[in-house]
Order: sequence, then C-alpha cells, then structure tokens
Amino acid sequence: MTTMTLGKALNSGLRRALAADDRVVLMGEDIGDLGGVFRITDGLKAEFGANRVVDTPLSEAGIIGTAVGLAYRGFRPVVEIQFDGFIYPGFDQIVAQVAKLHFRTRGTVKMPITIRVPFGGGIGAAEHHSESPEAYFAHTAGLRVVVCSNPQDAFVMIQQAIASDDPVLFFEPKRRYHMKGEVDEQASLADQKPMGLATVAMPGDDVTLVTYGALVQTARDAATAAAEEGVSIEVIDLRSLAPMDVRTIEQSVRRTGRLVVTHEAGEQGGVGAELVARVAESCFEYLEAAPVRVTGHDIPYPPAKLEQHHVPDLDRILDGVDRALGRPNSLSGVEA
Amino acid sequence: MTPTDPVRTGLLTRDDEHDLTRMLEPDGTRRADAELDPWIADLDVSRLTELYTDLAVVRALDAQGVALQRQGEVGLWPPLTGQEAAQVGSARALRADDYVFASYREMGVAWARGVAPVGLVIEWRGAAASGWVPAEHNLAVPQIIIGAQSLHATGWAMGAAWDGADSAAIAYFGDGATSEGDVNEALVFAASFQAPVVFFCQNNHWAISEPVTLQSRQPLARRADGFGMPGIRVDGNDLLAVMAVTRRALDRARRGDGPTFIEAVTYRMGPHTTADDPTRYRAADEIESWRERDPLARLLAHLGALGADIEAVERDAKVVADAATTEMREACRAIPQPEPMSVFDHIYAEPNSHLERQRDRYARYLAMFDDGAGAQGEEAAR
Ligand SMILES: Cc1ncc(C[n+]2csc(CCOP(=O)(O)OP(=O)(O)O)c2C)c(N)n1
Repeated sequence: MTTMTLGKALNSGLRRALAADDRVVLMGEDIGDLGGVFRITDGLKAEFGANRVVDTPLSEAGIIGTAVGLAYRGFRPVVEIQFDGFIYPGFDQIVAQVAKLHFRTRGTVKMPITIRVPFGGGIGAAEHHSESPEAYFAHTAGLRVVVCSNPQDAFVMIQQAIASDDPVLFFEPKRRYHMKGEVDEQASLADQKPMGLATVAMPGDDVTLVTYGALVQTARDAATAAAEEGVSIEVIDLRSLAPMDVRTIEQSVRRTGRLVVTHEAGEQGGVGAELVARVAESCFEYLEAAPVRVTGHDIPYPPAKLEQHHVPDLDRILDGVDRALGRPNSLSGVEA
Repeated sequence: MTPTDPVRTGLLTRDDEHDLTRMLEPDGTRRADAELDPWIADLDVSRLTELYTDLAVVRALDAQGVALQRQGEVGLWPPLTGQEAAQVGSARALRADDYVFASYREMGVAWARGVAPVGLVIEWRGAAASGWVPAEHNLAVPQIIIGAQSLHATGWAMGAAWDGADSAAIAYFGDGATSEGDVNEALVFAASFQAPVVFFCQNNHWAISEPVTLQSRQPLARRADGFGMPGIRVDGNDLLAVMAVTRRALDRARRGDGPTFIEAVTYRMGPHTTADDPTRYRAADEIESWRERDPLARLLAHLGALGADIEAVERDAKVVADAATTEMREACRAIPQPEPMSVFDHIYAEPNSHLERQRDRYARYLAMFDDGAGAQGEEAAR
C-alpha cells in the first residue's frame, strides 16, 4: 500500500495500462511535455514516447474521431478531454459514432475507447470549467459511464476502463485530484471489483444516500456528522452511472426504507432522476418516504463566487436526509 | 517504426519571415510599402502617440491583471503581453458599428472598444458571467470555447449583408483555434456567402503547451486560399502593418467582396494563463528572441524617428496607464459578493414554474440560516 493522491493514482494506472498493452495510446491536448493541465499524464511521454502519448491538434472532434479510426485499426485509445465543458465539440463523434459502431457492425468492430473527463466544480474556475455533463452520455446506449471517487478506485477503474472492450466515459472528480488515500499498486486487476458495480462507502441503517465522484467525500462527511445526532446513513458510491447497478441500491433501500440521491449536475433529467425512478419501480413497498434528490439547480454553472449556492454541500445533503426522515427541514410545511 | 515527435519536428520555423508583411522594422525604421502606405496615410505623430498610449495602457492593464490574480483578487488571468499591437492595431481599425467576436485573451480589444477596466476583471473574479453589455460596445462577450466565436462573427456578417448594411464583423482567435471544426466551418460559410467578416488569427506560437507547428505544417494564412479568400500574414508586433491590413480587409468586406483571413504573427510573452507553467515546455531563449521585437519599443522608436519627444510620449502614456490600472484595481476590489439568489436570474427569458419552485425552495433553505446566506455563504462573504 502506498499513500498517494487521486491524480497520482490515475497517473500510475495509466502507466500500468501503457506498459501492459502496447496497443494502448494516450491522446489529448497538452498531455505530452506539459503532462496535461492537471498533470495526470505527467512523465508518461518521456517514458513511453510520442507515439504512445500523443499531443493532438486542438480539436475535440478530431481527437475522438481519429480515436474511432484507431480503434478500427485495433488500438485502444485513451483520450483526455481537458475540461468537462470542452467535450461538446466532440459530442457528435461520441454519441453518433463511438456509441453505435459495435451495434452497427454486429459486434465485429469494438470501440475500446476510454474518454477521460475531469468534471465538476468547486475549484473556483472560469465558465465551461466546472460542468457535469454525465447525464448526456448516460442517456446514450452503447456507452459506459463511470466515475471514480478515491485514489484506489481511480487506480483500478482507469485500468478496467482501458481493458474494457466497450467505450467508457471516465469521469474524474477534479476537485478531488489532490485527495490522498491508500493505493495497492501490486494487486492484480482480476481480483478487483468490476467498475460496473456500486460500492458501499459507509454502512448505515436509517437512510440510503447515493452519490458519485466528488460528492462521495461530502456524503461521508455528512454521514459522520449525522452519526453524532444518532442518524445512521449508508453512503453508496454509484461508480457506474450507465449501466447503473441498481441492485446494490435496492438491497440497501430495502433495509433503510429511505433514499436520498445527490449530485452536482442539475436535477432535471439527471442521473438521480433515473435512480429514483428505478427504485420507485422496484422497491415501492419498502419505501417509508418519498425519495429525495439533492442536486445542483437547473441553471448554467454559476460564476465562482456563487458556486457554493449550486454545488450541494454537507448542510444541503443533511437537509435532504431530514426530508427523507420526516424531520424538520427546509421544506417542512410545503406541499411536495 | 521509429518514434517521431510531430510537436518538435514541424516544417515551420518559429521566426519564419517568409511572406511576412511588415511596415516597421524591429528597430522602428519605416519600410515603404506602395500598396499599404495609403491605408495608414492619416497616422500622424499625434495619432501615433494616441496609439502608443493604447499599447502602454493595455500592457499596464495586463500586468495589473496578473498582479490581481497573484493577490487573490481574481481567480485567473490570461496574459496578452507581446500581443498589444496585434490587438490595438486591428481593433482601432474598426468602426463603432462593426461587431467584434473575441476570445478570452482580447482585453486589449475590449479596451479599444471602450469597455471600462472593471469590465475586464469581473468575469475573472468570478462575480458575474460577463463584464459588459454587448450592444454598448458592439462587442460580444468573451469566448472560452476555442473558435466558437468565428461562426458567430460569420453569422453576424451574413445578417449585416442581408440587411444591406456596410458594417463588418471581426473574429479574433488563436493559432490553436484553427484546428477546431468551428473555425473551419466558419471559413466555409464566410466564403460561400461572401460574408463581410475578417478572421483575425493571432498566431502567438503557442496553444497552452502546443507549438503552432502541431496545428499547421505551413503558415496559417496560406490556408485561406483553400477556402477561397485572401490570406495575409502580417507582423503582429508591427502596429502600422496590422492596422493597414485590417483596414484594407474591412474595406473589402464593406464593398461586398467577402471575407479575409489575417494571420498576425506575434508571441505570447507570458504563460498561457496564471495557472500555467511555461517552463515545462518552452525555452527561455525563445522568449528573449521575441523581446527584441517588442511592439511598444518599435512604435516608440518610430515616433522618435518622426521627431517626437519620446520621453514625453512615454511619460504621458504612463500617466494614462496608471490611471487605468488604478481604476481597474480599485474597481475590482470593490466588486461586491453577488447575491445568492441571483443564481436563478436570467436563465430563461420567459418564466417557468419548475425553476420558480426550485428558486422558492432554495430561498427557504437559505432562510434556515441566520443571515439567510447559508453556512458556506458566510464563509465566502468573509
Ligand atoms: C473547445 C475547447 N477545447 C479546449 C480548451 C482549453 N484551452 C483553453 S485555451 C487553449 C489553447 C488555445 O490556444 P490558441 O487558440 O492558440 O489561443 P491562445 O490562448 O494562444 O491565444 C486550450 C486548449 C477550450 N477552452 N475550449
């Protein structure tokens, strides 16, 4: 076990993947000599060369479109999109091409493309640098959408994503790049939990609190705070948004009877909406209260000085938990 | 296959002088140009002094922006030092009724369009989503998505032509932007519709860490030919040449003769932004070689050759620059913490019940805290 940051764990996972399979190539803007704006690819060009770690021209459609061609050719491209808000110029290539080619070719062409996206806010950035675009991709059949939340998962999941024969949107919680944790760099990949499964980040009995990415830590903090008041929260790290591992959540909800989902992305058409719908369908008779969503507002990501009013924090999550528990909360007395 | 590094093996050398339009030598000597001279015949000493003052103000504002970032007053700043002549020379060629679509680095253009210093910092401070009202300056809000504004400029220009107006649009973008689909699509539309638009590419040699050679194997201006419009490569550190070619391109646009692509060859002296570390990818001697081509020193030397008292010119310019930077600093620090509930403002032009309900609920939530701003609101306000 080594203590390292989430960013370093990704770097280490990428290094492992490059070393394990010479068909793996990294592509993106500024990922070479600069090592990426977040330094996730730091040192990899020096180690593996300019044909394995490729600085591309400044074009997201170009990066993803050429990755499709490389995949046809049998490569396993790992693409870095510099910031969440810059994925849209490549959106068409992702949803219209990457997602569909396995289906269209009756399974004969694989698209083992990993698209890494630093996402989410909370770092006081300029516009287009704090977006949460995950639901757009979760809505598209053929894509896997996963999110890591801690160094160990970052290290393992990035390797699993690259090893997967499916295209994977790999979201990285940029706010947590500097978060430290234990990473077992020696463990064999085969022994690890598949990236498609959710994990129980903290066990609890009263409320099931589901989230992913940067908010997993916030949710844990909320659970710790609630425990002092005698409320036991089970925190679930969803990890895979598409396909969604609802079973893990159902098991929890059947015990707790209460569900709170939280994410930074807006409420409407969000991942939380999907999760709540599924749980309502399958666990209706176990629910003791209406499921609660604590999300970003349905607004463009606000300027940095206002972002704390958009991104759910510990207090807002606990308010949501109070709603699920029927305790006094901000909406007490308001019609649902 | 031997590994190659396309980034380091470009065909284009950094200081390729081929095809470069220049009217002022780096030492300030005026080079005669029969075709372009008439376009700047009106620039007498007094007008050139004003333009020099613009350059000095823009450089000082840029330094102030960096300082404000270092002091935590703004979150980020994208320095433009080195690019003053490209920005001022082109922007001062415009008429008030022309419309500008620029990127995040064109504070010099914004200054020339009359934006108050506070407008240059409020967005970087994270206190508002933009710093000015477009219609007040005929200046679109700055664009961060690389190259997107080139399409907007083209559409505006198409509309101007359809309206029978003789105004033109200008799109500012960098060398990196020329790789984006949007810029290429804009060039197609502009050429097909003969839109009155000028594409003003500041080739400052770097797109964050990527040298221009990674975006293009030939001078960018040469691409214009393939799209069906004239392309001109101008010394971007030469205010006279920039102004002359921009005026000529605007005139062409106004006459209905269609778009022009201008590549202003310049250099980004500082980091990409205050968050960037150029020592990781750029050699120090490269920066030094560009220092010799400084746009301010060049114009000042020219003024000296014309008989101006350059010490007085510099001194007077400094007074104006000091006033502008003081205003920017003070105005920046006085920008208030925006109201929490303002996050719900202007999302839609027409109200809708979903967002109203979300707003009401958030107001109730904030009301649970003593000051109504929430626990973190307090923190941020401090
Ligand atoms: C669509 C998109 N992709 C990536 C980025 C991140 N990014 C910001 S500036 C920049 C480099 C731009 O270089 P260039 O176009 O040459 O303009 P310069 O900053 O040098 O003026 C990059 C990659 C972005 N803002 N938008």
